[in-house]
Amino acid sequence: MTTAPAEAGWRFRQPSVIPGFGVTLGFSLTYLTLIILIPLSGLVWHTAALGWADFWAIATDRRTIKALQVSFGTAFVAAAVNVVFGTLVAWVLVRYRFPGRRILDAMVDLPFALPTAVAGIALTSLYAPKGWVGSLLAPLGIKVAYTPLGIVIALIFVGLPFVVRTVQPIIEEIDREVEEAAATLGANRFQTISRVLLPGLTPAIVTGFALAFARGVGEYGSVIFIAGNLPYVSEIAPLLIVIRLEEFHYAAATGIATIMLAISFLMLLVINLIQSWSRKRYG
Amino acid sequence: MVDLSYTAAADTSPASTVSATTEGRTTRWALLALALVFLAVFLLLPLVLVFAEAFKRGWAPYFDTIIDPDTISAIRLTLLVAAIAVPLNLVFGVAAAWAIAKFEFKGKAFLTTLIDLPFSVSPVISGLVYVLLFGANSVLGPWLKSYGIEILFAVPGIVLATIFVTFPFVARELIPLMQEQGTGDEEAALSLGANGWQTFWYVTLPNIKWGLLYGVLLCNARAMGEFGAVSVVSGHIRGLTNTMPLHVEILYNEYNAVGAFAVASLLAGLALVTLVLKTILEIRYGHAIAASRGH
Repeated sequence: MTTAPAEAGWRFRQPSVIPGFGVTLGFSLTYLTLIILIPLSGLVWHTAALGWADFWAIATDRRTIKALQVSFGTAFVAAAVNVVFGTLVAWVLVRYRFPGRRILDAMVDLPFALPTAVAGIALTSLYAPKGWVGSLLAPLGIKVAYTPLGIVIALIFVGLPFVVRTVQPIIEEIDREVEEAAATLGANRFQTISRVLLPGLTPAIVTGFALAFARGVGEYGSVIFIAGNLPYVSEIAPLLIVIRLEEFHYAAATGIATIMLAISFLMLLVINLIQSWSRKRYG
Repeated sequence: MVDLSYTAAADTSPASTVSATTEGRTTRWALLALALVFLAVFLLLPLVLVFAEAFKRGWAPYFDTIIDPDTISAIRLTLLVAAIAVPLNLVFGVAAAWAIAKFEFKGKAFLTTLIDLPFSVSPVISGLVYVLLFGANSVLGPWLKSYGIEILFAVPGIVLATIFVTFPFVARELIPLMQEQGTGDEEAALSLGANGWQTFWYVTLPNIKWGLLYGVLLCNARAMGEFGAVSVVSGHIRGLTNTMPLHVEILYNEYNAVGAFAVASLLAGLALVTLVLKTILEIRYGHAIAASRGH
């Protein structure tokens, strides 16, 4: 497999004695093309067919802009909350020993395993004015269900495991001697954590944030029940796509979807840059 | 200076050396309590609530919902969709991992990125692309319809959308695992005279079986629970194109809370079984499952 090519020059594949390259790669590429690439390129094609003027009209529609703002804004806040609590949970799970730790560790993946619609109706009932949590918050004047705050709650639920599961393995890998060295050199615990440990965790935390954020922007099932779906207030972009589809306004649905994808890719690009910067600086 | 810091370190008693690499007792308790409260409110409460609401009025209404023909047909459709989508993505995952992990070729990194693509697309958009491909305005849709083949607002559309969203699960579990295992075992088998198929069946498959099972488990959980993508292509025809998550939505929107949570409790049960099996796999075969976690 690692034998050097007999002659110098461009080669698609390094020589190997293992059989089955053609069959497995051929099948994979065919399946990938049929299931993912052709349908997705249809989206691009439909957007291109729109024409610039139509696309601009869809993109600058006030309801579209508002929905995008709600989606990206709530996803950002939820991912930020998850960075704090996700890192805390990861820390507690790795460093502290307490009864039930294993169960709790397994529970962190619940949002991955629980269907989003189930999470959606459960969170709505929980935070409705008469719900278990909602009734405690109502006297304080805090409304969660059917407001943008409800969207944030749902996205915190959905995004939590992304942060925990990216930060946890890095905390496990921390060399205890680094902490001991910091302590011997006179750092107190807070200094050790903030100046020595946290910089090493930064790339993982940024990755976790990016994953939770990206998931939050596209999330649909867990949000639509709790959001109240009031246009201009608590209507998320994916829901607006569904609404446009139900009106048979395919052009608008396609346009919003393309804008969503474009912004998501742009943000992931920026986050990638931040990541490589922080890796260079702290890695 | 050097001497000074050395004596300072030597002066500290063993007890305080220990506490120098952990937080103080109070901080520890506070952090633990904060994490526990957060997890209880955000993870445990929703789960408990599903079962509490489902059995709010006792067993009779619960079972009335479960044995309702619409529920039965939703359960049947969900099982059917998973039974088609999961094996297809399993075969793809093994094939893609074989090509990517066992060979060096140009564009490998790009291919790996493409496989992950469905994870960064909103479920609604995953459904939308099939509406554009097979809808009334498309080229394919009316042509297939003239041969009596319905894709959209029918079972094939639901299957396709489910395949799309669960596409990466098995592949992304197997690729790092098989890359880590290298090609030594396969080369040994081949040099001893095994053919390609025997090598895969008797050498590779035993090596990857737990990782494979892990990927299938996650793939299946998502396939049975998918809501957004399926909701866009299904058309919500009761008893015909309603999967379990869609049925939950319909019952909930009809203010039938007990019914909605009864069906939801079945899905929550599936999630719990998935988590238990996943944890068992991680504890017992952690070394045989790829290091990458998540999704």
